[in-house]
Amino acid sequence: MNTQLLIQLLVNGLVVGTLYGVVAMSFVLIYKATQVVNFAQGELLLVGAWVCWWLLTKYQVPFYLGMPITLVFMFLFGIAIQIVILRPMIGEPIISVIMVTIALSTVFSALMKWMFGVNLQPFPRIFQTQNVNILGLQVQTVYLMSLAVSVAMMVGMAWFFRLSKYGLAMRATAFNQQVAQSLGISVKSVFAMAWAISATVSAVAGVVVAVVNGVSAGLSAYGVKVFPAAILGGLDSVGGAVLGGIIIGLLENVAHFLDSEYLHWGNLYEIAPFYALIIILMIKPYGLFGTKDIERV
Amino acid sequence: MAGQTIIPAGDFRTSYAADTTVFPTTTSRNAMIAGIALTCVAPHVVNEYVLSLLIQIGIFGIAALGLNIVVGFTGQISIGHAAFFGFGAFTSAYLSNRFGIPVFFCIPLAGVVTAAVGLVFGLPAARLKGLYLAIATLAAQYILLDFFARAEWFTGGSVPASAEPFSIFGYMLRGDKQYFYVVLAYVVVCYLLVTNLIRSRDGRALVAVRDHYLSAEIMGINLTKYRTLSFGLAAFFAGVGGALYAHYNQVVSNEGFGIDRSIIFLAMIIIGGLGSIMGTLMGTAFMVLLPESMEWLSVALRDSPIDQFLGLKNNIAFLREMAIGLIIIIFLVFEPDGLAHRWRQIKAYWKLYPFSH
Repeated sequence: MNTQLLIQLLVNGLVVGTLYGVVAMSFVLIYKATQVVNFAQGELLLVGAWVCWWLLTKYQVPFYLGMPITLVFMFLFGIAIQIVILRPMIGEPIISVIMVTIALSTVFSALMKWMFGVNLQPFPRIFQTQNVNILGLQVQTVYLMSLAVSVAMMVGMAWFFRLSKYGLAMRATAFNQQVAQSLGISVKSVFAMAWAISATVSAVAGVVVAVVNGVSAGLSAYGVKVFPAAILGGLDSVGGAVLGGIIIGLLENVAHFLDSEYLHWGNLYEIAPFYALIIILMIKPYGLFGTKDIERV
Repeated sequence: MAGQTIIPAGDFRTSYAADTTVFPTTTSRNAMIAGIALTCVAPHVVNEYVLSLLIQIGIFGIAALGLNIVVGFTGQISIGHAAFFGFGAFTSAYLSNRFGIPVFFCIPLAGVVTAAVGLVFGLPAARLKGLYLAIATLAAQYILLDFFARAEWFTGGSVPASAEPFSIFGYMLRGDKQYFYVVLAYVVVCYLLVTNLIRSRDGRALVAVRDHYLSAEIMGINLTKYRTLSFGLAAFFAGVGGALYAHYNQVVSNEGFGIDRSIIFLAMIIIGGLGSIMGTLMGTAFMVLLPESMEWLSVALRDSPIDQFLGLKNNIAFLREMAIGLIIIIFLVFEPDGLAHRWRQIKAYWKLYPFSH
């Protein structure tokens, strides 16, 4: 048994898993607040990463400036999507809403390919040192950064929902829209804000992935991996999404390990989360922490 | 009320048979027969290119019809239809290559095998609904695609599988012109089948499951059975469409059965009209002609300022993808009932002209 490889893969899994967790968290945020399943989550990542890349390479904006500009842009972008596309869809059947987000993902991914091409673009170097030595294990600096940013996003999100006034309003809306409205909460602005925050958080994740791997259309694959993560954690649980993301990240890499060491099936890395997804849906569709009020047939 | 040539003003149907009849008047029946007869002449009139478009409309129309059973009539969501389409294509090629079964029998057989696979993936539908089901079918899409890449005995792996040309009683059909009639026959049979299915007890049960599943269950409709059944039926038509596609191209590769194709299938039925049989064909025609018309436009606009600004030549593929997404959004926001609804309105307008009410 190749222990070195296993440890390396587990570290990978943890890093990728926390990123999945962040994206799943922003996916769940939209679902919880607005009851919309966002199939375009991966494209939000993609847009954020490309915008940041564009600012950094085309305009030579330093990273500490480029990043906030990206985030502000994505904040407005999220609000715009909600107001222009999804607000008219309120009250439409669930299939229409799902289809709209699927169509959005098609539009955005094609638009990004059109504007920036299909090739992988390396991100400008941000850190001076490539590797850091931790307990005898060579860890790339970007991985550490990724982990730190992810954890920071999660803590920030927790703070936002537990302690800030706006987060409370959002939770109230998620709990019961009519009651929230009667207490003076503007449900409209909560909906827009949910999309804005989700887009911003996704963009952070997108930039982190871009710093590690470079930017390409393949980034939107993170949007698909969100489903196993969010379903595993429970579709309406923010904490569950984080845990689900980490588990899926680890699962992928363990599958990769088993595959390369023993099974030699190839490509198990890619497909294992979907088998897990089907199994979870069959035995425990509300996930680990989800509310158990899904109408079972 | 067969025998009538026009519908009287007002609703005079007195029997159940009259209410569910396929052709309310003899005129509509004759128009349909004339339409099919006219299509039969098409291969001798139109050029190769238009013929290939017509064949594509027929093939995708059959697969989209299956999707409309699941989405439009039963109200379930499937984002994995292209994978079943691909499964049908590979199955038909495999059956004819491996067992030497004549292609004539391979196509319906591929439908049956794909239906069995569809039933397996429809099992989550027995327990889940709405968006959970959508996610399950998304997983099915990826799992089946992975299976295509993995199962070399079945699909040939990275080497495309070859499919034999269509033959009937030892007579080999050559070229698009002759294959057109095969596709046309399948389209007519499939559309008649589904029209009659929806009129039957089972079809009404499917619609009841869509409209109000609780009421349907109270009235004695077995939800599990009909939800799973609708997946099986959808997969059957996807399989038949895929098999026709395989023998049309005579080669089946892993390409073209991905999630983007599934989205195009969904776009077809949304644009045509969810729960409308003729609408499915309209939507399919729309989605097949959309990229082609964009191609014509880009050729027409060559070297114009618009061309220089958009870079049409290099970017037409992306623009096409974008157009598909935008069309779906536009239809969902402005015309959620699809082209079928618009067609009914146009018909009503001419029927009532000059008195609009």
